[in-house]
Amino acid sequence: MIPAAFDYARPASVDDAVRVLADAGEDAKVLAGGQSLMPLLRLRLAIPDALVDVGRIGALREIRDDGDALVIGAMATHHQVIRDPLVREHAPLIAAAAETVADPAVRHRGTFGGSLAHADPAGDLPAVALALDAVFLVRSVRGEREIPATEFFVDWMTSAMEPDELLVGVRVPKPGPGWGVHYEKFHRTAQAWAIVGVACAVRRNGGAIEEARVALTNMGPAPVRADGVENAVRGRPVSEDSFRSAAEHATEGTEPPGDLHGSPEYRSHLATVLTSRALAAAAV
Amino acid sequence: MTVQEGGVQEGRAGAEIGSPRKRSEDARLIAGRTQWTDNMTPQGTLHVAFLRSPHAHARIVRVDASQAMGRPGVVAAFSGADFADEQGSLPCAWPVTDDMKHPDHPPMAVSEVRFVGEPVACVVARDKSAAFDALDEIDIDYEPLPAVLNMDAALAEGSDLVHDDLGTNKSYTWVFENGDLDAALRDAPVVIEREYVQQRLIPTAMEPRSVLCVPDGDDFTLYSATQIPHILRLMLATVTEIPEHRIRVVAPDVGGGFGSKLQVCGEEVLALLLARRLGRPVKWTESRSEGNMTVHHGRDQIQRLTLAAERDGRIRGFKADILADMGAYLMLVTPGIPILGAFMYNGIYKMDAYSFTCTGVFTTKTPTDAYRGAGRPEATYAIERMMDELAAELGVDPIEIRRRNWIAHEEFPYETIAGLTYDSGNYEAATDKALELFEYDKLRAEQADRRDRRDPVQLGIGVSTFTEMCGIAPSRVLGSLSYGAGGWEHASVRILASGKVEVVTGSSPHGQGHETAWAQIAADRLGVPFEDVRVLHGDTAISPKGMDTYGSRSLAIGGVALFSACDKVVEKARRVAAHLLEAAEQDLEFTAGRFSVRGVQEEGKTLQEVALATFAAHDLPDGVEPSLDSDATFDPENFSFPHGTHLCAAEVDTETGMVHLRKYVAVDDVGKVINPLIVEGQVHGGLAQGIAQALYEEAVYDADGNLTTTTMADYLIPSAADLPTFTTDRTETPATSNPMGVKGVGEAGTIASTPAVVNAIVDALRPYGVNDVPMPCTPERVWRALRSETKPDTAEPGAGGGLGSASASGSDSDSAGGAQ
Repeated sequence: MIPAAFDYARPASVDDAVRVLADAGEDAKVLAGGQSLMPLLRLRLAIPDALVDVGRIGALREIRDDGDALVIGAMATHHQVIRDPLVREHAPLIAAAAETVADPAVRHRGTFGGSLAHADPAGDLPAVALALDAVFLVRSVRGEREIPATEFFVDWMTSAMEPDELLVGVRVPKPGPGWGVHYEKFHRTAQAWAIVGVACAVRRNGGAIEEARVALTNMGPAPVRADGVENAVRGRPVSEDSFRSAAEHATEGTEPPGDLHGSPEYRSHLATVLTSRALAAAAV
Repeated sequence: MTVQEGGVQEGRAGAEIGSPRKRSEDARLIAGRTQWTDNMTPQGTLHVAFLRSPHAHARIVRVDASQAMGRPGVVAAFSGADFADEQGSLPCAWPVTDDMKHPDHPPMAVSEVRFVGEPVACVVARDKSAAFDALDEIDIDYEPLPAVLNMDAALAEGSDLVHDDLGTNKSYTWVFENGDLDAALRDAPVVIEREYVQQRLIPTAMEPRSVLCVPDGDDFTLYSATQIPHILRLMLATVTEIPEHRIRVVAPDVGGGFGSKLQVCGEEVLALLLARRLGRPVKWTESRSEGNMTVHHGRDQIQRLTLAAERDGRIRGFKADILADMGAYLMLVTPGIPILGAFMYNGIYKMDAYSFTCTGVFTTKTPTDAYRGAGRPEATYAIERMMDELAAELGVDPIEIRRRNWIAHEEFPYETIAGLTYDSGNYEAATDKALELFEYDKLRAEQADRRDRRDPVQLGIGVSTFTEMCGIAPSRVLGSLSYGAGGWEHASVRILASGKVEVVTGSSPHGQGHETAWAQIAADRLGVPFEDVRVLHGDTAISPKGMDTYGSRSLAIGGVALFSACDKVVEKARRVAAHLLEAAEQDLEFTAGRFSVRGVQEEGKTLQEVALATFAAHDLPDGVEPSLDSDATFDPENFSFPHGTHLCAAEVDTETGMVHLRKYVAVDDVGKVINPLIVEGQVHGGLAQGIAQALYEEAVYDADGNLTTTTMADYLIPSAADLPTFTTDRTETPATSNPMGVKGVGEAGTIASTPAVVNAIVDALRPYGVNDVPMPCTPERVWRALRSETKPDTAEPGAGGGLGSASASGSDSDSAGGAQ
């Protein structure tokens, strides 16, 4: 299909971009790779008045070391993120999840920030950002502010950003040594969205789990942090039994959707099975 | 199988047939130097967009297109009523019974819509976007009528009707019976009954449908992404009453069809009528979502099956009661599709009695029609699943149960219980080869081990020893089945003055590789270099006679026609050569493209020399016309019967229901092979499509009759990443029904693989008491089968993740897409 008509702007800098965005009003959308937005436009499920294409703002592609954290530019592509040595060293869970996004063509055009700002609960990266306590760096003509991941994902495809705000980057705390990570994605074909996904990071201390961070993909209108699992597994021995019993808490606080690929009941079952597997894989 | 590269010596005559040549069309196709219909935009082309029904069933009260007319770039807007007098009714060429109910099918709905996506109005504009945008301005009042979605309910007394005037939702009931089935059911100690659902599938060709009609006075050239330029020309003439000789149909590069372009589409008829009315070229190309809704769908049958057998496993009788969903209308061969399966439910097996009953049912869904295999995949699934059920019931290995029932190789030709004569085959050889490649015993041992260990990942082995009928078809047989045309194919060979060769085929390729394979045949038969042959096709002005491409017929019919035409060329050339060599015709031998006098090798004339002499015509024998050109039309006496043994090993995760295909072995017997590389490609693609039915694809309608699988986020097509590495090999039992010994391969993989995969899944789960998983075997359905739940037996649409969630909640369009 053909998108409805829209105005198009391609600012060259972040300053320009936020100015254009402020002028464009409520019904403008930021084009940040277009791998989710373009299909919505073509199906006329989104009919924005204007598109602000930030694809030419080179500064937004940077991935840099910021002391005890990494800052990943919003316009870094998935492909870039997957291969970046800093990401691989300090945020391997992001690289692992980004590797499962769609197909190589999408990973070359789709962006890290675009995927997060889209706030699709079926997207792989929101749950990862939540598990890693990432902080979202947001700019507008009114200035800059930081939004913690726990507050960023508000509802189904809705983030805490105002219409005039632009996501410029994401700060991901370096976890320090001893962490194992795993992203367990359950999908029917390689290119399909997750029916359920589990983002998991685990720190071992010898034979015990010292700390775990677990977040779930597509188990509600927004990604869900599985606090119950994290609490249940903390301090427990590294064993199949620990993981299985902790994973029983995986469905707490979830509102799984039902669609062609899985009913809510089945998703709940999967969340439990996959959480146990993700913990085990991360704890290896 | 292993394909040797570089094994072909350029131009060496006699070495072409059987050589794994890379396809000569591919460099052009892969590099994008293609001529798709949508690539063509002659000066002044107007673009059409169709407004389609949002209702499964409704009366059209009022259509007001006047506002659309005022939009920028818009040239015209029309409703169905505007074409009511000239659009006719889309054809159905296969009235399977005398009393078949056959409703009118206007290309653009006039008074009533009967499926979501049916065209109701159109806008013609100077560019595609303008046409599409203006659709919003067309105002239509509908009076909704009840949707009819369930076939059993549709047949019940007092059901809501799809076509009120027909008084019933039943189109026809077609019956075939042979032998005393009642006796078999009464006497046999083992009777197995099962119900299988062949879910509705959406043929997904790489190239969407597209049509461009260019008027020239009273003449029209219609370019279309079609499999059937010849049939389309005749049908367009019939529907529109424009004389056949005023219409030229061109199928330029066509990017796949799988049966979906074996159709006379309403959009094609309307493009022709719009071009006539407006006097300008008119083009329409569908979007993928539009195509999912409106390209004819495939399968959609409920199969109620009964198999009666002796305790030793010998089959006594088989009964198939079929409900086949026609959708809202009968399209080109809609009612005949399940009937093509009628002759295949017995598979490769001997039995005493067989009964087949099929009832075609109208529903308010997209019409169904041919999709790769067309009736035969459904039949093969039924018998091959039932053979595994019989094996399980008797505790016999599924290979062994088949051995006890199949036609032995020394019994050919064999007249089957379904009335066909299988000319040749060797099921033992194909099966033995497959078992060896598969390492069957080793995998059975692993399966036993996993069962003993209660491994959460169980292993299942699925068998499919299939056959199919292709080479469609002997015209007399088609006549006896009330089909509207014959099944012959035409070819002509033109020998140019320089000795180069033009082959004209009535078969119309859309991905099969005719340009390579046909050149290989001609090069060998004429003894000319492969590079000297050009293959022309797909244009009724260039290739005026043909029955087109479907049903794995190209090689077995069209290839044989070419073979005969080449032989006629050689016979004509022999007369001229004999004259030039001052020898008797019977003393000449023709080898490697050269005539020579037997025993005097040094004196001879090449075909090229004869061609030039014939062209000059200075010295021809009396009564010989100055032309070597020849043509031939081949009408087969029998179908051909490819067969094979496919084995699938599936790992089933009993905790999640996920199926992982571990190993797949396909040993096919497609008779003599022209190009093994093309054959292997056909098998790979066929396997992918058959596996897709088993695991992934399903067209799903909601309770209101809306198709919910309109995007590829919802309608899952597997890619290479989702499929196992295929092990393919062949046995070669030549067909005896044609001089080349060829059978056809286009549908074999699709027909064979679906039951192999589902048999493997069920085999893995039998220790858990599971004897079926409905297709597609999604993880959730496998999981539910393990919990002995049957719900949901069809997928239920709802809001979920990704683009799927966006489209399912589509009315809330403004909220879609958070920010970036």
